[in-house]
Amino acid sequence: MTDRPLKQIHLAAHFPGVNNTTVWTDPAAGSQIAFESFRHLAATAERGRFDFLFLAEGLRLREVKGRIHDLDVLGRPESITVLNALAAVTTHLGLAATVNATFNEPYELARRFASLDHLSGGRAAWNVVTSSDAFTGENFRRGGYLDRADRYTRAAEFVQLAREFWDAAGTGTVRHQGPQFDVEGTLSLPRPPQGHPVVIQAGDSDEGREFAAATADVVFSRHSTLAAGQAFHADVKRRLAAYGRKPDELKIMPGVTWVLGDTEEEAVERAAGIRRAQVSPATAIAYLEQVWGVDLSGHDVDGPLPEVDPVRGSGLVQGRTSLGDPLEIAAEWRAVAAAKGLSSRELVIEVTGRQSFVGTPRSVAEQIDRHVQSDAADGFILVPHLTPGGLDEFVDRVVPLLQERGVFRTEYTGTTLRDHLGLPVPGRR
Amino acid sequence: MPRQLHLSAALDSPGRFDAAHFTDLARLAERATLDFVTLDDSYTPEPGRLDALATFARLAPVTSGLGLVPTVTTTHTEPFHTSIAVNTLDWVSEGRAGWLVGVSDTEAEARAFGRRGTAPAEELWAEAADAADAASRLWDSWEDDAEIRDAATGRFVDRAKLHHIDFEGPYFSVRGPSITPRPPQGRPVIAVTVAAADLAPDAGPGGRARVATAVRHADVVLLDAPDRATRLTAATELRLRGGEVLRILARIPVALTTAAATADLLTEATEGGGGVDGFHLVPADPARDLAVLADHVVPALRERGLFRTGYTGRTLRDRLGLARPASRYAAAAATPATATAAATDTSAAGTPAAGTPTRSAATAEVTR
Repeated sequence: MTDRPLKQIHLAAHFPGVNNTTVWTDPAAGSQIAFESFRHLAATAERGRFDFLFLAEGLRLREVKGRIHDLDVLGRPESITVLNALAAVTTHLGLAATVNATFNEPYELARRFASLDHLSGGRAAWNVVTSSDAFTGENFRRGGYLDRADRYTRAAEFVQLAREFWDAAGTGTVRHQGPQFDVEGTLSLPRPPQGHPVVIQAGDSDEGREFAAATADVVFSRHSTLAAGQAFHADVKRRLAAYGRKPDELKIMPGVTWVLGDTEEEAVERAAGIRRAQVSPATAIAYLEQVWGVDLSGHDVDGPLPEVDPVRGSGLVQGRTSLGDPLEIAAEWRAVAAAKGLSSRELVIEVTGRQSFVGTPRSVAEQIDRHVQSDAADGFILVPHLTPGGLDEFVDRVVPLLQERGVFRTEYTGTTLRDHLGLPVPGRR
Repeated sequence: MPRQLHLSAALDSPGRFDAAHFTDLARLAERATLDFVTLDDSYTPEPGRLDALATFARLAPVTSGLGLVPTVTTTHTEPFHTSIAVNTLDWVSEGRAGWLVGVSDTEAEARAFGRRGTAPAEELWAEAADAADAASRLWDSWEDDAEIRDAATGRFVDRAKLHHIDFEGPYFSVRGPSITPRPPQGRPVIAVTVAAADLAPDAGPGGRARVATAVRHADVVLLDAPDRATRLTAATELRLRGGEVLRILARIPVALTTAAATADLLTEATEGGGGVDGFHLVPADPARDLAVLADHVVPALRERGLFRTGYTGRTLRDRLGLARPASRYAAAAATPATATAAATDTSAAGTPAAGTPTRSAATAEVTR
């Protein structure tokens, strides 16, 4: 490491998601929908001086074999509405909503984020995602399938147009004619306090990286090894120059999970217990079916993996991101199971459930700091496994250690999310 | 005791974009123990305003008894998004949400979206009715006791209690179910503004379509009428077509600048309630007029026994004397076995429905 000054870490809290990371069988697991759960997590994050709270999006309940997937936590609020309510009970915390660029229109969404930015005093962020999914489209006017290439074209033009609306707000009319949108409009409100709400982009693909370099303030990436993180970080930051941007104008924040213990052994033991709770026998079967593409409801999860080969493109599972080529995955899983002598359920636990950081508060603080100081990340989006108290212990035990190391703020020094992230207010274009 | 009035007010404040202003207004409205407040919205550049539903979500945690009824338009928006946004307003306010249904009829709004041109009012209101229908079906698409958290079988929900709505209409289709569980009120309160002229024999097709939307889907009608006689005629007609459960509030502009104006409003509220259940006040200056309302008008109405002295009940439906509806899908799906289970779960498990007699259980009993 060079003797440059210590990098300051950025931290965000992810409301526990609609997937099996979130353990609902724990006696401490609370409501996924009551406002009190959101207030609790936001209050904890603000007590920990976090940069922002992050809400994911779902627009169609997942289905398996034509029936609603019933094994994971299910049901969530409309994100922007919850964040507006949270603005009333927090003072500094950034408020980030994931909102789809495929099933919304730029004028409306620009106005909604501008409203959130005004109502929160400059704390709004938009995680731009796209969907190509005709299954999800069945809930919307637009419907239908959007080609993968067109998703980013639409998203890029969408974000550009939203920025035009924000820039013109209070002063004039936007006239825009492009391949995706032909509109003319004037927002009914002044320019947002942040100029533009913070734009977040999630996705590791080549198009995603380029889109991030061109337009995003924060990248929500997948956490991996230190070396892979460094490679991703270097690649995305390298792309910035082409858009006239400096490396620190884009923050890379992988999503991570963690488990704490008083000793390393205790942490490892707790981590194993959580992984087992995340993969119930029924969840293990659902995972296998996602790859195999066939009904495995009679399969014994305490025995070996299914002997039959997976079926490609069966459409058995809807509304869930594909893991990749099923035959390749099955081959890989069989090799792992054979090498380690794992049952089906143990295999699923092995390949899906690993937490990012496991250890004592001190060792977790060190791991987080090492990733940031060695440029594998600029910070992290923390995904708790429990609603709503899953972040409490981290804030109580790890944050003070990061503060002690001088790598994390002890008080907020600004009022807007751009202040927290060290991002400038964009000039009008 | 004399029949109790229902009182509400518009918080419309052109050119105000700060949460503090609306928080002050909401506190005045709560001091006056109003049933609910409204906030108008559209996609026109003027008047200057924030997104109405967002503004009311911001007010939810700083109020505790006040109903929050923002305008959300249906012409350029997605019915699915509207449904879950209003649903979420109900969750963050713990059962105090409503939805004042509006349409977008200007060329400017059509151009801002660039997806379609303008359409005649008749068509816009027919589409609004469909949007209200689809939203309401989505609210019902999770039965109240769909979440079971059954560790033994690993099931978080009973998927037999989640329903595709398969809404198909000439303007859009929605498959469902909702992503947001059934809101605390079952269905947030739906309101529609109607003018007396829309109810007249010579009403145009747009007015007739607006009335049809109100009659089919509204819990509350905000009624515009030029004078008391017209109001009585229109309210009688509405009551005839909408039934006794419809709450009709006369919309009246107020500017409480003088003691005489305040006295007039008091007289109106005391004597002018013929045919209507109460009033929706549209203040010229909300901060000034709501203060007069809270400090002078409401205390006088309370003295006369015409208006509540404090909030009782938890939800906006409670405030309006409207029952919590059962999910239409629960009623349809109920068999003797599940009906018994539903009744047991509701009384024992403290679900969001607990404390309110669920009509799902009651309906199931009847079915049996």
